[in-house]
Amino acid sequence: MQFPVASSPHLQGNNNIRLVMAQVLLALIPGTAALWWYFGWGVLINIALAGLTAVALEWLALRMRGRNPWPAVSDLSAVVTAWLLALALPPLLPWWQTVLGTAFAILVVKQLFGGLGYNPFNPAMAAYAFLLISFPADMTHWLLPSVLSGETLPLEQTWQAIFQGSATLAPHWDALTGATPLDHMRTELSQNHMISEIRQSPVWGDFGGRGWEWVGNWFLLGGLFLIWRGVISWRIPFSMLASLLLIAGLFWAIDPETHPFPAFHLFSGAAILGAFFIATDPVSASTTPRGQLIYGALIGVLVFVIRTWGGYPDAVAFAVLLMNMAAPTIDYYTQPRVFGARKEVND
Amino acid sequence: MAEHAKPAWDFHGGLHIEDHKEKSLGAPVREAAVAPRLRIPLQQHIGNAAEPIVQVGEQVLKGQLIARASDYVSANLHAPTSGTVVEIAEQPIAHPSGLPSDCIVLESDGDDRWIELPEPLADYARLDPADLRERLRWAGIVGLGGAVFPTSVKTNTTGRVVDTLIINAAECEPYITCDDRLMQDQPGDVIDGALILQHIVAADQVLIGIEDNKPRAIAALRAEIEARGIANLSLRVVPTKYPSGGEKQLIYLLTGLEVPSRGLPLDVGILCQNVATTAAVADAVLRGRPLISRIVTLTGNGVAAPGNLRVPIGTPIQSLVEQMGGYTAQAHRLIMGGPMMGFALPSDDLPVVKGSNCFIVASEDEIPDPAPASPCIRCGECVKVCPARLLPQQLYWYARSRDFDKTQDQHLFDCIECGCCAYVCPASIPLVHYYRFAKTEIWAGERERQKSDHARRRHEFHDARLKRQEAERQARLRKKKEALRDKPATGKDPKKAAIEAAMKRVADKKAAQNQEQEKET
Repeated sequence: MQFPVASSPHLQGNNNIRLVMAQVLLALIPGTAALWWYFGWGVLINIALAGLTAVALEWLALRMRGRNPWPAVSDLSAVVTAWLLALALPPLLPWWQTVLGTAFAILVVKQLFGGLGYNPFNPAMAAYAFLLISFPADMTHWLLPSVLSGETLPLEQTWQAIFQGSATLAPHWDALTGATPLDHMRTELSQNHMISEIRQSPVWGDFGGRGWEWVGNWFLLGGLFLIWRGVISWRIPFSMLASLLLIAGLFWAIDPETHPFPAFHLFSGAAILGAFFIATDPVSASTTPRGQLIYGALIGVLVFVIRTWGGYPDAVAFAVLLMNMAAPTIDYYTQPRVFGARKEVND
Repeated sequence: MAEHAKPAWDFHGGLHIEDHKEKSLGAPVREAAVAPRLRIPLQQHIGNAAEPIVQVGEQVLKGQLIARASDYVSANLHAPTSGTVVEIAEQPIAHPSGLPSDCIVLESDGDDRWIELPEPLADYARLDPADLRERLRWAGIVGLGGAVFPTSVKTNTTGRVVDTLIINAAECEPYITCDDRLMQDQPGDVIDGALILQHIVAADQVLIGIEDNKPRAIAALRAEIEARGIANLSLRVVPTKYPSGGEKQLIYLLTGLEVPSRGLPLDVGILCQNVATTAAVADAVLRGRPLISRIVTLTGNGVAAPGNLRVPIGTPIQSLVEQMGGYTAQAHRLIMGGPMMGFALPSDDLPVVKGSNCFIVASEDEIPDPAPASPCIRCGECVKVCPARLLPQQLYWYARSRDFDKTQDQHLFDCIECGCCAYVCPASIPLVHYYRFAKTEIWAGERERQKSDHARRRHEFHDARLKRQEAERQARLRKKKEALRDKPATGKDPKKAAIEAAMKRVADKKAAQNQEQEKET
């Protein structure tokens, strides 16, 4: 009797990439729901818009590269990229900017480098940086959280703002939009206001920007779910948040009137989302256990440096992109000691 | 004294996989029927192929030496039954390469008549270890756990001290139960063999390492040890985790010692032997029997009545399947060894060899066709399970891009090919396949380099020889010239004058003949 042959091992666990990506998407749901609660329908419209664009372009790009598009599209990685990018975008961003950003992420950052697994940079963050540099005004104009403005923009008007331009909402517009807490802090500090004065403003909640702080908490929940499921390791989120807290705490301890309280850094911007969902992107992050600790810690430091002295209010995207470049070098110098290697051998 | 201690050490990574052992553990080992035609490959062990010492047409008896170890690292082969040698030629064998290899083909006469065997060495404890090693060498014993390294060579410690002899009874791969069954059915042989090996290598203590999923084997061995009241030999039960039966992993589990990277267990004062090898040692020393059969597990959903058989070497696999009730309708894949490290066979018309511990006839559910591979997303699942603490994703990256120097930077040769990484890979990448590819390429490159080094050395030697000869010639000429220069100054040498006169005559003659090419020498 004849039999087919294959290479060992002949057993295979039941893990697959789609399962990994699906769990990431599941973990994003609580934080996404919180964003929707505080910032309205624009969040969901952006996700849908970016998601559809990403899948369509991934399909197109793979066809052009002469690959079978189905396995790659069905692994959900394009959806994850699109979703993460959409979460980082202002809820009323003009539709074509969302589409343009997604196209940049999928076509340039991902497919031009060879598709899934070959991109040296995090596609969502590269696209975010691309949009921020290209459209700085639109990209820093956020809706105020509903707890501040006292109302949520209805679906119909959100749709109108995104697809026909926010000018059509003229009477409402000013009351609804404003700077993000990070931006607010930055502007106020640049006018030499004391932190104690700045904190009088209603934009601040208990431990971060009002509204924003709770969004961060729900992303934290999703992130802990991913660690519990073993989808991500604790190392990058832990080291990134710990180093951010540490360095922010240090400066705050030196002068609490010119440096915001450490929790501000954690719960006002994208730090939590970045720590659990963005910095942990396995393709572009460091891959060795020790390397991940270093990688995360340096992202934390860069986030603080860029937020405090840099030109942009939020810094996660730039910090992650900079460290993406350093990841291969970090990996090279942080190989684990292999079984049986003598202790002093450390090349 | 039997001990049941939880190990203080645990190796990194590993897998908890369903063991599927129960289905072949039901009955004691049965003697397999002798097939009408046996094919005995000359190469069943690490080292050089054995050299046939029988002729086609020759009658042989069971246990008769038919092929001799051709080198120090090689192994004897004996006739598994009595009969006639009908052919010595290339035959298909069970080898990952799929290439045929030289075999002695023996047609059984059905009598199964033994040759006169050497005397048993019951008082081995008073014999010189070298004599005992000679007996193992005669018996053709090789490591039966799968590595098939000649035992007489492995037990020759060349003066190095062995503190601990470890008997590997972990049998960590799923499905395989031949060692489990052996320990249940012949615990005495296992202990005898362990004690003989202890004497040969002069080990202070013996540790038998066994996974805790073999309660009946543990009980049988413990009873045997307690009944005999042996000191310095203990049974160590380790938690079931693949690959605890890997030599380096088991040593670490039992002693906390790490075998140095690219080193040997002897470097840390340890020698490992598989439990089936110990039983074969007992057979050779206490009964004078050569290694002509082994216990083989035949299991999987593709075979009607899974179980264990004692099989003469050279028996075709199909004959074993027939003896176990034949194939079921689900038979889909044939694997020799375990499902993690064994290799798939293209046909069942292949002979059982000394290293064949198990054949799995798997259904498509048990061992599905490999899923198509997706790109590596560097998720690091493989890092979590690698018992050698390698970075499989990095190794894969470099092996795939044929950057073999980098694979060695990543310690490619510390990979034991256990397959844990590929098992957990969400992208279904056949990682081990890539590592084998890289190793083979590096070995081939190394051989190429050695060849060209050799050629270069020969060329350099040749060059040097030519230069030396030229230099010597020049030196001679110089001496002669000097001599010529010196002599006329000193006056007339009659000999020289005579030569000059002769040469002049010759020159005149030549000139007369108009032959200008000729020159005086």
